[in-house]
Order: sequence, then structure tokens, then C-alpha cells
Amino acid sequence: MWDYTDKVKEHFLNPRNVGEIEDADAVGEVGSLACGDALKLFIKLDEKKERIVDAKFQTFGCGSAIASSSALTEMVKGKTLDEALQVTNQEIADFLGGLPEEKMHCSVMGQEALEAAIAKYRGVDAPAHGHGHDHVENEGEIVCKCFGLTDGFLKKVIAANKLHTAEQVTHFTKAGGACGGCIPKIKEIIAEVMGEEKKAAASKPAAKLTNLKKMQLIQEVLENEVRPQLWADGGDLELVDIDGSNVQVAFRKACAGCASSGYTAKFVEQKLRELVAPDINVQEVQG
Amino acid sequence: MKEIYLDNNATTKVDELVFEEMRPYFCELYGNPSSMHFFGGQVQKKVDQARARVAALLGAHPDEIVFTACGTESDNSAIRSALEVFPEKRHIITSRVEHPAVLTQCRNLTKRGYRVTELNVDGEGRLDMAELEAALDDDTALVSLMYANNETGVIFPIEEAAKLVKAKGALFHTDAVQAVGKIPLDMAASSIDLLSISGHKLHAPKGVGVLYVRRGTPFRPFLVGGHQERGRRAGTENTASIIAMGKACELAMEHMADENTRVRAMRDRLERELSALIPNTRINGGGADRLPNTLSIAMEFVEGEGILLLLSEKGICASSGSACTSGSLEPSHVLRAMGVPFTCAHGSIRFSLSRFTTDAEIDTVIKELPPIIHRLREMSPFGREFLNKK
Ligand SMILES: Cc1ncc(COP(=O)(O)O)c(C=O)c1O
Repeated sequence: MWDYTDKVKEHFLNPRNVGEIEDADAVGEVGSLACGDALKLFIKLDEKKERIVDAKFQTFGCGSAIASSSALTEMVKGKTLDEALQVTNQEIADFLGGLPEEKMHCSVMGQEALEAAIAKYRGVDAPAHGHGHDHVENEGEIVCKCFGLTDGFLKKVIAANKLHTAEQVTHFTKAGGACGGCIPKIKEIIAEVMGEEKKAAASKPAAKLTNLKKMQLIQEVLENEVRPQLWADGGDLELVDIDGSNVQVAFRKACAGCASSGYTAKFVEQKLRELVAPDINVQEVQG
Repeated sequence: MKEIYLDNNATTKVDELVFEEMRPYFCELYGNPSSMHFFGGQVQKKVDQARARVAALLGAHPDEIVFTACGTESDNSAIRSALEVFPEKRHIITSRVEHPAVLTQCRNLTKRGYRVTELNVDGEGRLDMAELEAALDDDTALVSLMYANNETGVIFPIEEAAKLVKAKGALFHTDAVQAVGKIPLDMAASSIDLLSISGHKLHAPKGVGVLYVRRGTPFRPFLVGGHQERGRRAGTENTASIIAMGKACELAMEHMADENTRVRAMRDRLERELSALIPNTRINGGGADRLPNTLSIAMEFVEGEGILLLLSEKGICASSGSACTSGSLEPSHVLRAMGVPFTCAHGSIRFSLSRFTTDAEIDTVIKELPPIIHRLREMSPFGREFLNKK
């Protein structure tokens, strides 16, 4: 059983603003029956068409999807459209006293529906997202085929919520939660987003590392970035030796003798090149 | 609030008589059955009695009964053993609708170079014997097919399958965790080599299981160490739970007729009335041979978790084969394998009864569920479309 907060339970049992607004100014729809959740959001503006005076919703989905929709409608009332667009999925979750991580995608759905509604009202294209196959047109490349999610959408959620693992991305967006075929691609996108953030933070190329510093950094990256991802797949690795830029690793558990360990070695190398130094070579040894 | 417990395929209440039977074996009769003194010896006698009681329920010999720590251990041991017995054979056959205790292990084996065939099921959850026959070859070490499905209650023609498999020289294992105690089995007239049982599905405690190993079937232990269970499962016996398991099997035999008449009648009534009162439902596996206690009902345009939470508000405990409750996002692998349409796969609820279920409890569900579904449909954009059309 999910450990829902009292506020989630209360909003699920007594949802606010269920229904529809017949003369709504904006309607946003995301999700589908196949996805397992969907939200239709109605927004009514004041006479000057500035502030949201009413919001209503219809939701197909689990308890936290209904509670998130209810929270969203309460939160946006009284806001201008620009203010409403600032509402993040984390704020929706916070309003409810938090959501289990596995359910964060419900809060993301709320935010998406709001964006879709406002974009439609303003006559612009909805931002690149995926939830809801109807909305994905040329907005980036589809990564998760099962739920129709684009790379643009995933990047946005990964950056906004500082996600580090593919599992977290699944919890926040559902991507990879069905067939799992896109999980390697999701890992690449995470690496890309994290790389961009690192670059933005440092904004200058890393200074030349001393050998000792480099060894320490390699060990750190292996511990903090690489091994947790391997554990998630039931695998593991051991650092065997570091000689200058040559890093020798041995694969353990599910990774050992796994046909894709060549791919895993490449993944380790990519990580180290990105986070330590671009001249690193990773070699798999039997250890 | 008094619970109305209709989730007996997840776990069951320990029968008070079972609990009384096991109670002395913690603080008073705590001896080790392997000991040479009288104090351990008297526990050994009770363990032997438990073994005989389990054997009686299965129509087996007591020496064919191996006690384990759970249904999952029984399944894992059976599969591993078969592969060790035939080291040169590299093919396993199972089905797409097995419990994860079997399916996860089989899928992991593909990473170790095994070929795994997962048999399909039709829209009612039934196997195709021709597909099984076609999949069998000289490389097949083991076929593992469940006796009855935990989500839908659909019963596979296990004896027919076992005969086909034996004719090809492979071993046959069945996960009978959901079947034992609910429908009669007779190992004396069977071709099954290995069969798994779990205590907590038949009113014994959690954490005890049985692996039936037919006389003459080659077997390699999973846990090695001491000589317990005649070398087939090392580790000091969980005496109290084993004794409980024996009692639970004895009681299951006494109540078998009740399960198949009174419990079945309650299930059938629940199914009939809910189908009549709630528009757009379907019974998952309704066209197949099913366990007498299980009802999996799919309701269009609503999502399972909301239904369960609202039922829970009324004290009613059920489960769903749907996305959000289990933490995974797709409808259950069982419903997916059956091709249940997406419009209702997410809204599937399983009610599983037991001999402790009463008619009054069934009445409560019949009264409470239809308004819950109506309420959620009114909240759902698809449900509204459907209600407006009507
Ligand atoms: C069909 C089936 N097999 C195996 C198991 C696992 O049994 P246990 O919980 O004792 O490990 C279960 C129940 O969870 C089951 O329903």
C-alpha cells in the first residue's frame, strides 16, 4: 500500500473542482487510456482575460493522479497565466505534503496539462512533451515508444527535478516503465543533461589533473555514478588498476560474462571521459 | 472497522486450529528434531506427522514431501534442480502468465545462455497444447507451468501437459501454490515430477512451503549443509510452521467440498450481481476453467488503484492487476498476455474468497462497488464520455 500523506488522501476522497467548464477559455488534455492515466483541465479567465478565476478537471488515474489534479486546480486559481506557468510539478507535490517517488509522474501530468491548456489558449504549439500521443508532433524524437515520450520532454523533467537514475525517470515520467527498451537511451539522456549542468557550473574546461587527483576522481565517479547504475541491473564492477589514463575494470555479478559487457565497458568509459578527463580508456579484464 | 477480507490469493488468515497446533513449538517444545534426546525426538514425531498430512492432501508418499521456506523457494529449487540434473540440456518452457517466482528466474537464465520459451495464452487465459507440443525438443530440460493462475484463477490442463512432457523425456514442474487446498490433486495418478506449495495461501503461516519431489525423480538440493529433509533441503527445520502446514493441509482436505460448493456459489453470485449492476464489465478468464474462489473483473474507463482505495474506505480488501498499485506502470503481465483491452485492463479488480468469507460480506461488496465505479467514471474524462452517451 502506498504511503500517501493525509493531504493526498483527503484530496483523493474529496477532490475539489471535478467537472467541466462549458465556456472555458482554455482546455488542456494529456494522457490516454492506454497510458493508464489522463487529465483534462478546464480554465476560465476573468473579463480582462488576465487571471484564472476558475479551474476544473476530469482525471482517469490512480489516487495520487486525482489528488494532484485537485491540488493543481486549487493552486492556479487567482493566478495570471504567466504566474500559472511557473507552477512546477514539485510545487504540486509539495502542496500535497509530498508524493511517493514512484508517483511523481502524477504531478508531472498536472503541470503538463496546464502548459497544454495555456499554450492552446495562446495559439502556440504545446511545448515538447509526450504524455498523450495526440500532442507529440514534431517536438523532438520519441524515446519511450510505449508512452510516446520525447527526448525534449524527458530532458526538461530530468533537469527540473535533478534526476540521476533511469528508475527515477520512470517514476517521474513513466518512460521505460513498460517494455524497458528505452532505458539505455534514458541513461544517455541523463548523462547528457548532467554533462550540460556540469559544464554550466564549471563553464571552463577542467584544469589539468595531477595523477593522484585523477585517480581519486576516477574512483569517486565509479563509486557514485557508475556502480549504482550497474546495481540497478543486478551487476557490479571492480576497479582493478589505473595506469595513467588507462583504467582496468572487472565486471561482477550479472555483468560478468554478460553478452553486453562490451557495451557496459563503453558506458563506463563514456562516464569517465565526461566527468574526469576526455583521454580515459577503459579496458575490461578478468579479475 | 472490521475488515472484509477478499484478498485470499495474496495471503490468508491463519486458521485458529492451525495456530493452536503450532503454538507449543516455540516456548515449550522447542527441541531440534535432529537431536538424539527425547526432547528433540518428540518434535521429530510431529514433523513426521505433518509430512504425512501434507502427503495425504496430495495423494503422495510422505518421503516425497520436502519442506521449504516459501513457495518462491520451492519454485526456485525445482527449476535449478532440473537444470543441474540435465547439464547438457539448455531449453526451458514456461508460460507468459507465471508468477514472478518462476518467470523472473527463467528470464534470468536467458542471460546464462538458456533458451526459454514462454507459451502464450488466449483471451481467456488458456494454454494451447499444440504450442507446448511444438516447443518441446530433445534439448528441453524442464517445463514449468502453473496449476492455477493467481490473478485470474484460470486452471491449466496440467495432467495433459505433464504427459506430453514426460513422453519427451523432460522434467515437469508445476507451481500449484494457488491450487492446493482449493481443488483436489492426486499425485498417485499424476505425471507431475515436481510441485510447489506455499503455506500462507492455505491458512498456514507465511514463510513455509513444500516442494513435492516424485519418487525416482532426480533431484539436486538448492540449500546444502546439514542432512535435514534427507539431504534435499539443508537448514534446521522451521518446526512450528511445518507442524502448522500439516494441520492446514488436514483442514484443507476436510473443507475441500465446502470450497467447491459454498465458496464457489458466493463467488458466482458476486460475479453475477456485479456484472448486472455495473455496465461495461468483463470477467477475466470467465470462459475458462477457474478456481472456485477467484473473481477478476474488469471495469472500463476507471483505474484500479482508485477503486481499491475507495473499497478500502469501506473496509473491503481486494487487489488489482493494474498499473499503479504494484509500482510498475503497465497492467499486469497476466492481463497483457491475455490481450485484455487497455480500456479495461487498468480497471481490473481481483476478489479472492476463502472458507471464512460470509454471504453478508458478499452482500456488502455488491452494495458498495457499483456506486464507487459510477463515482470514478464521473471523474474520468473517458468515463464521462461513456456516461453521456448512454
Ligand atoms: C502462483 C504463486 N506462486 C508463488 C507464490 C510465492 O509464494 P511465497 O509468497 O510463499 O514465496 C505465490 C504467492 O505470492 C503465488 O501466487
